[in-house]
Amino acid sequence: MFSTCADPSTLDGLSWLACYLTTGKHMAFYLSFGTVLLLLAVTAPAALLFGFGGAAAARSRFAPLSWLGKAYTSIVRGVPDIAFFLFFVIALDQAFEYVRHRVKCPDWSEPVRQGNDFVVCTAAKLPLSTSPQWVHETYGFLLAVLTFAIVFGAFAANVLYGAMKAVPRAQMETAEAYGMTHRQAFWRILVPQMWVYALPGLGNLWMILIKATPLLFLLGVEDIVYWARELGGTKAARFTAYPHGDWRLYYFGALLVFYLFLTWVSEKVLARVMARLSHGQATAAGEAMRKAGA
Amino acid sequence: MNKLILTTAVLALAAGGAMAQDVVRMGTEGAYPPWNFIDDNGDVAGFERELGDELCARAELNCEWVTNEWDSIIPNLVSGNYDTIIAGMSITAERDEVIDFTQEYTPPDPSCYVALSDDVDVDGGIVTAQTSTIQAAFVAEAGATLVEFATPEETIAAVRSGEADAVLADCSYLQPIADEEADLVMLERNEQIGGGVGMGLRESDADLKAKFDAAISSMKDDGSLNALIEKWEVASTF
Repeated sequence: MFSTCADPSTLDGLSWLACYLTTGKHMAFYLSFGTVLLLLAVTAPAALLFGFGGAAAARSRFAPLSWLGKAYTSIVRGVPDIAFFLFFVIALDQAFEYVRHRVKCPDWSEPVRQGNDFVVCTAAKLPLSTSPQWVHETYGFLLAVLTFAIVFGAFAANVLYGAMKAVPRAQMETAEAYGMTHRQAFWRILVPQMWVYALPGLGNLWMILIKATPLLFLLGVEDIVYWARELGGTKAARFTAYPHGDWRLYYFGALLVFYLFLTWVSEKVLARVMARLSHGQATAAGEAMRKAGA
Repeated sequence: MNKLILTTAVLALAAGGAMAQDVVRMGTEGAYPPWNFIDDNGDVAGFERELGDELCARAELNCEWVTNEWDSIIPNLVSGNYDTIIAGMSITAERDEVIDFTQEYTPPDPSCYVALSDDVDVDGGIVTAQTSTIQAAFVAEAGATLVEFATPEETIAAVRSGEADAVLADCSYLQPIADEEADLVMLERNEQIGGGVGMGLRESDADLKAKFDAAISSMKDDGSLNALIEKWEVASTF
């Protein structure tokens, strides 16, 4: 990074630290914060979508769809996250490859399962083994997003299902009295009003999602926890220009600050959104706002 | 010009489409110096990096390096996330049931203990080792109480904090640590366990195994493997 960093053994104090903190390895560490934020930014709406689908399905008057929605929420919520992350991702990856294998290599004669090995034809590999490393990393990241979305979607579905039920029945009756169809009443009356009931639950989920991001490393994505552990570990002088002892405490301390900051900002934002949603609602918070304004 | 090269490359790929792999993905742990570790630039480095690059050059393979947790390094190989394990993995009968190994590229070496003082009792005390290693299996069989950790770094930290009396690992991993850290000492006692270290491959990848076997043989024959072992001080020579 800096020209003075050519020979770190001659440096000390702040200039050593400046060089140390700008090694290629540290750059990868800083970038991984972006990975975590990106994961949150993509996963939260995706999970909400899964949740909305699950809740809408569970409410459906078409019985099989309702069973499907209810089965999704109860099964996924009941499986420990870590088991889900270890088992499901490998299964999902193999399912994708198996489907591609079937489509792309119809005249392949050998079995896909050979003992412990899972062997598909070269063209069915996902990503192709010829792809550059960043494609593999992006694919791993997308698998992670999908898995997080499915897991957190199940919890969100449960929250939204409850929120839909919490909208006063009188509101729906009024909509029906105006001649709205079920579909119209759902989209125009129920959905806009349910958020105020859903937000406390969804806010909780968001907090849990932030804390769950270190599970990324289980999926082979090099996240902040991986780099903190790698960078903080003891470095012997034979293998690095910047030898140091066990510094994991400092690195994990930095992560603590990062996560606390993220949750603190989230709380502020959620409080604002809640205030906005409560406006004009027939809830205790909405009533208090009305009185304060009057 | 670049386009021309690209087109030729694509044509070459298309022509060789039926061939096995064009890129061999090398899976390693990246946390076990001097065998394999992440250097200051964030790249995989160490004995196995140099060895692997040389083997790939000799076998005329295009290799790419990937890191993976030690814990799940075998499951990810068999499910096809990478094509080889080159991570200081000793050849054992249990592992050989699940995956295949090339011939060994370092001979069997004893494992060493590191502790805070010379007089710890490694027969009846608490000994730590990395999860799913031959050392962990050895301690579990022997009389001492085993405490396992996911990374080698944590086993050293456990000895420092007093959680374990000693750590059992490859001598080559412990030697630089014992040399540089004043509070840690290496015990006289060694344990003769495990076979040599080889590359792990899927059992269905016989072609790739043959290529690497041939490359390792050629490095053994011209002495370049011994030179590499001596350079990185990972093991005894052949």
